[in-house]
Amino acid sequence: MSYFKMTASTLAIAAVSATAAAARDNVQVAGSSTVLPYASIVAEAFGENFDFPTPVVESGGSSSGLKRFCEGVGENTIDIANASRAIREKEIKACAEAGVTDIIEVRIGYDGIVFASQIDGPGFTAFEPADWYNALAPKVLKDGELVDNPYTMWSEFNADLPAVEIAAFIPGTKHGTREVFEEKVLAHGCEATGAMKAMEEAGMDEDSIEDACISVRTDGRSIDIDGDYTETLARIDSNAEGVGVFGLAFYENNTDKLKVATMSGVAPSTETIASGEYPVSRPLFFYVKKAHIGVIPGLKEFAEFFVSDEIAGPDGPLANYGLVSDPELAMTQAKIADEVTMGEGM
Amino acid sequence: MTDASLPENSAAAPAHRSLNTVDARTRKRNRAEARFRAYGIAAVATGLVFLVILLGSILFNGVGAFQQTFIKVPVYLDPAKLDKSGERDIEAIKKVSTFGYTPLIQQGLFDVVQAAGIETPLAKPGDMKQMISPSAAAQVRDTVIENPDLIGQTVDFRILASSRVDGYLKDRVFREDVVRDKNIDVEHLDIVDGLVAAGIVVKEFNLTFITGADASESRPEQAGLGVSILGSFFMMLVVLALSLPIGVAASIYLEEFAPKNRFTDLIEVNISNLAAVPSIVFGILGLAVFIQFAHLPQSAPLVGGLTLTLMTLPTIVISTRASLKSVPPSIRDAALGVGASKMQAVFHHVLPMAMPGILTGTIIGLAQALGETAPLLLIGMVGYIATNYPDGLASGFMDPNSAMPAQIFEWAKRADPAYYERAWGGIIILLVFLMTMNIIAIILRRRFERRW
Repeated sequence: MSYFKMTASTLAIAAVSATAAAARDNVQVAGSSTVLPYASIVAEAFGENFDFPTPVVESGGSSSGLKRFCEGVGENTIDIANASRAIREKEIKACAEAGVTDIIEVRIGYDGIVFASQIDGPGFTAFEPADWYNALAPKVLKDGELVDNPYTMWSEFNADLPAVEIAAFIPGTKHGTREVFEEKVLAHGCEATGAMKAMEEAGMDEDSIEDACISVRTDGRSIDIDGDYTETLARIDSNAEGVGVFGLAFYENNTDKLKVATMSGVAPSTETIASGEYPVSRPLFFYVKKAHIGVIPGLKEFAEFFVSDEIAGPDGPLANYGLVSDPELAMTQAKIADEVTMGEGM
Repeated sequence: MTDASLPENSAAAPAHRSLNTVDARTRKRNRAEARFRAYGIAAVATGLVFLVILLGSILFNGVGAFQQTFIKVPVYLDPAKLDKSGERDIEAIKKVSTFGYTPLIQQGLFDVVQAAGIETPLAKPGDMKQMISPSAAAQVRDTVIENPDLIGQTVDFRILASSRVDGYLKDRVFREDVVRDKNIDVEHLDIVDGLVAAGIVVKEFNLTFITGADASESRPEQAGLGVSILGSFFMMLVVLALSLPIGVAASIYLEEFAPKNRFTDLIEVNISNLAAVPSIVFGILGLAVFIQFAHLPQSAPLVGGLTLTLMTLPTIVISTRASLKSVPPSIRDAALGVGASKMQAVFHHVLPMAMPGILTGTIIGLAQALGETAPLLLIGMVGYIATNYPDGLASGFMDPNSAMPAQIFEWAKRADPAYYERAWGGIIILLVFLMTMNIIAIILRRRFERRW
C-alpha cells in the first residue's frame, strides 16, 4: 500500500514545484513552418553568443502562431509569432481585444518559390505564368472561347514544353505558399492568357472572376500536397513527369534530385529574388509583443540579433540557408532599436 | 466421393490390415500434412525475409549517423581579434561573437591545407567556409571563455566538418551532384581527399548523436537525440507513476472484489475494447482535455505522459488481471482458511505471486508507449526544436520537449538529406531501447514466474 502513497506524493510534489517555477527566462517563439528553420538557426546562434538561454522555437503554421500570439499578454503567452505572410486586419483586431495592442512587425527577408522537376525527367526548363494557368485552371481560353480545361499535355498549349501528361504537385490550401502561388502565378496567368478579359466580357462580377482565376482543376491533374516539401519531393521522385512547387531553400538543399525551371525567363536565385526580377517571392515576418520587452529577458536582444547584418545580411547564415536578404535591413534594425509598433511612424 | 469408396475399402482391407502398410488414404493424409508444414515454413520464411530486409535497411541507412567526420585544426587565437584591450577581461572577451571566431578557424584550416601541400585553386581562407560546421566557432569560443589564458596561443581543436563533407566521406554526396550544389564545390572535395590522406580529416564514433541536443537545419552534423531521450524518459516516468498504481488497483478490484454482474461485465468489455482503440484517438482526447481544457503547457512531457497513460492503462489492466487469474484459487482458500481477511489474502499472498506477470505487462505497455508517435503529433511534441536540456525535475516535466519517435519524425521532414540519415540512426537507438525493455521483461518472467 505504501508505494501507492509514495507515487502519489511524488507526483503531487512534482506538480507543486512545477507551478512554483513560473518565472520564465527564455524567449518563446511559435508560428510558420517556413520561418521555423530560420528562427531555429538564429535561436541556436543566440544561445551560443549570449548569456540568455536558447529561445524555444515551435512551428504550427502562420495562422496558429498568430492566434497563440493574440491570446493575451503575460508569461504563459508567446513573445514572438513567425509568419510567412503579413498579419491580417482581423488578427490585429483579435489581438487588440485580448490586450495585445503594441505589436512590432519585423520583416526578415524574402523567400522564393521555385518550380522544379526530377533531375533526369523531361525538360521542364522555362515556365510562364500563362503555362501554369493553362495547365491548372478549371476553365481556359481556347480559340477565343472559355471552355472547360481540355489540356492533358503541357505541349498542347506551349510547344516549348515537353509532351508529357500534366501532373502538378502544388502546396495545399493551408500553406502560406499556396496564397503566393495563386496571386503571383495563377492570377497573372489568368490575365496573360486573356481568360480574365473573356470572363469580364461574359459579364462576371469582379469577385467571382478573382475566384475563378485562382481556382484549380479537380480532375486529378493538379495535386494538393498538404504535407511538407519532403512529401512533394517524394512524389516527384516516383513520378518522372511531375512538376512540383518548392521553397528556394529546400531546392538548394536537394539539387542532386531536382532541376529548377525559370519563371518568365528568370532563374530563381537569391540574387534575382532580391532584385525583384524573379516574380514569385514573398516577404517573411515575425511579430514581437512590445509589452514583453523588458519583462522577458533577452527578447529585444533576440529580435535585434535576428535582423543584425551578421545573421540576416547577404553573407549571413540565413542567406546561406536560402533566405533572400532584405535590401532595407538597416531600416528594420532601426525599427526594432526604437521599438516602433505597427501603426506608428510607418 | 470418400463415402462411396469407404465401404469398398473396409470390405477388402480386414484381411491384410496392418499398421505398417501404408494405404492410399494414409498417404494422402500424410501428403496433406507435409504440404501444410511446407506452407507454415514458407510463411515463417517470408516473415523472416521481411524482418531481415527491414533490419538490414535500417542498419544500412542508419549506421552512418553513429560516425561523424571531424577535422583536426590548430587555431591561432589571435589576441588582436579576440581581446583588443589585452587585459584578459572576461566581459570584453565575451563581446566577441562566434562571427569573430569563424575567420580564425578558416585561417587555421587554410594553413593546414597549405602545409599538407594540397594543390587547390581556392586561394582565400574564406573559401574554407563550406568545409567547416557552423558549430565550430561556438566550440572555440566556449573554450576561450572558459580559459582566457589560451588567447595568443595556437590550440589544437577537433571540430566538426560540414554535413556535405561528412556526406562525401559517407557516400551520400557525390562529385557529379556537387556541381549544382551551392553549399560545396568540387575543389573542396579535392581538398578533403588530400586531408583524409594526411589523416587530418577523420571519421570517428559520434557520441554527440546519442547525448547531444537537436540542432537547427543549417548544421545537421551537430544534431543529437539526447534531449529527446530525456523527454521520453520524463514521459515514461509519468506513465509509470500513473498507470501502474491505477491499473493495478483497478484490476485487483475487478478481479478479486467486484461482484460479477452486468455492470462489471460492461466495464470488462470496454477495457478490452479500449486496448484496441487507435492511439491517435487518445491524442485528440489529450489535446482536448489536458491542453484546451486544463491549460497544461503544450509540448510538455507531462502532457505527453498523461496522454500515453490513457493508452497504456488498458494494456496494464488486461495483463494484471490475467496474472491475478493465473494464481491458483487454492492459495486464496488457504489464506482465507487460516483466518486472513480477503484483503490480506490478496495483498499478502496473491499479489506477490502475480507480481512478475504484472511487471512484465507494465514493461511491455511502457515499451509500446515509448515508441508511440501519433498522439504526440496532436499535443505539439513535433515541430519543436529540442535544443535545451531540461534543468531540474520540474522543468523536465513542464518545459517543452520532444520525444524520441517525434524527433525522428521531425528529422525525416527536414530539407537537408543529412537529417534523413540521422532519422534512420534515431530508429536504431529507439529499437535498442525497446529491445532492452523487452529483454528485461523476458528475464523477469523467466526468473520469477511460478508455474502450477
